[in-house]
Amino acid sequence: MTSPLQITSRWWRTRLRRAAPWLTLAALLAAWQAAVVLHPRSLIPGPWPVLLGVVELAKKGLLFKYVLASLFRVTWGYLLAIALAIPCGLMLGWYRHCEYAFAPLLQLFRPISPLAWIPISILWFGLGDSAAIFLIFLASFLPVVLATMNAVRNIDSVHLRCGRNFRLSEAQLIWRVLFPAVAPQIIVALRIALGVAWLVVVAAEMIAVNSGLGFLIVDARNAGNRYDLVLAGMILIGLIGLILDIAMRRLEKLPSVQWGYIGAK
Amino acid sequence: MSNQAVQARTTALETRLRVANLNVTFGEGEKAVNVLQNITLEVGAGEFVCLLGPSGCGKSTLLNVLGGFLKPDSGEVVIDGKPVLGPDPRRIFVFQERGVFPWMTVEGNIGFGLFRLTKEEQARRIFYYVNLVGLSGFEKAYPHELSGGMKQRVEVARALAVNPDVLFLDEPFGALDSITRLIMRRELLRIWQKERKTVLFVTHDIDESIQLADRVLVMSTRPATIQRVVDIDIDHPRDISSRHYLDLRDQIFEQIGLAHKV
Ligand SMILES: Nc1ncnc2c1ncn2[C@@H]1O[C@H](COP(=O)(O)OP(=O)(O)O)[C@@H](O)[C@H]1O
Ligand SMILES: [Mg+2]
Repeated sequence: MTSPLQITSRWWRTRLRRAAPWLTLAALLAAWQAAVVLHPRSLIPGPWPVLLGVVELAKKGLLFKYVLASLFRVTWGYLLAIALAIPCGLMLGWYRHCEYAFAPLLQLFRPISPLAWIPISILWFGLGDSAAIFLIFLASFLPVVLATMNAVRNIDSVHLRCGRNFRLSEAQLIWRVLFPAVAPQIIVALRIALGVAWLVVVAAEMIAVNSGLGFLIVDARNAGNRYDLVLAGMILIGLIGLILDIAMRRLEKLPSVQWGYIGAK
Repeated sequence: MSNQAVQARTTALETRLRVANLNVTFGEGEKAVNVLQNITLEVGAGEFVCLLGPSGCGKSTLLNVLGGFLKPDSGEVVIDGKPVLGPDPRRIFVFQERGVFPWMTVEGNIGFGLFRLTKEEQARRIFYYVNLVGLSGFEKAYPHELSGGMKQRVEVARALAVNPDVLFLDEPFGALDSITRLIMRRELLRIWQKERKTVLFVTHDIDESIQLADRVLVMSTRPATIQRVVDIDIDHPRDISSRHYLDLRDQIFEQIGLAHKV
């Protein structure tokens, strides 16, 4: 039997667990404020001016505009990338000779940071959205192709045999067996790729365009060391990245992919 | 049915599957392993045959050849008068529960092979086979929410739903605990008596083969040959403590070369 005491202690434990992230956040803010008070001549503003900076951006209409601009680039670059990467990855994993032909090339491109492509993307697309979208495309394409390819290669052959036994055509086999069998791993790759895309858009905007959260950060510094706006930009980037990640985690909750994460959790 | 009647029935069956002088060798040159040697067998329509042999002797290999998943080096497999050229939905393989598709519900799995039928017919068959294997109430469940025995039922139902002539079962209950295994044997017999499919059931478990089969084909170690064919002329449900059951069991133990005292 559970005693009232046990029940209360369990109640407190759940409470504490829920509150824990907010407590660390509060501690961090307090430490930040303390540091600013102790070093009054530092250029780094405290939490309150940063919040006012966000409000200022919102009032000028820039907050909405910049967030939208960054999301616009990420959306296009990312969607184009995955629309190509998933079929490519399936093909590469499925047809052995395709894999032999392309795998070394992919491995060669993989260690090249997407940022190394900045000069070439500007050369090809000029300054503007296309260059940024191209960079985001590059950043999200490779991880998804490679993950999809590896997932296909490691598929349980029993499932393919079952599919063949029921005489599925090649296309049906790919759609009804291969794709669902690798979907859990693809979803993980999609989440990672979106994270990378969000990292890259900031860098791309610092160089290739004059809007977006990345631009906000360089612009705030150049236009009179507005470190309150720099920090406001950074915090916005963090928050939106977090929201994107939470949204992608939702995909992992789909009932038809649950099986893929059972051992891992 | 008397014992004679059972025998009369099995001998009177028309031949469904015929295998003649089958040979399979894996690898080449020095490393070549002769796995199946001169396998010849016949299975009647509606018959339940067990392939019994020690692990690694080539039972799965033989079943793969019969199912059309593996080409033999020589010899031929003929089913219903036609040579087997590849996998076919008229002959369905059942694996140790790992064959169920984890991304589909019980319903989805059982209906997997029915895509050529109308929606109504699919629904009708799914309903029927969900009930037949005792899974009603679990239609919307995913395999990872089921026990091993239930997953095995899903696989059997998925196989039966396409109304095949032959079922190949490769140690289907091998991964189940011993109590579930007994229940599943009884279930399989019940279903087989109802549907009368031709069943080839691979096992390395002597008792399992005697409890289930009309005939047990005892295979030797590699290169596998069929050492002996034992007719199990006992009516179902079988009394596994009867004199005759124990005699048959002794015969097979002796044939395999095992003393049956531990
Ligand atoms: N694809 C293969 N290539 C090489 N050797 C194989 C292959 N498949 C099976 N074998 C070998 O053939 C023998 C029989 O295997 P198998 O038919 O799986 O035995 P069983 O099902 O009776 O346990 C084993 O020694 C195994 O190592
Ligand atoms: Mg085997």
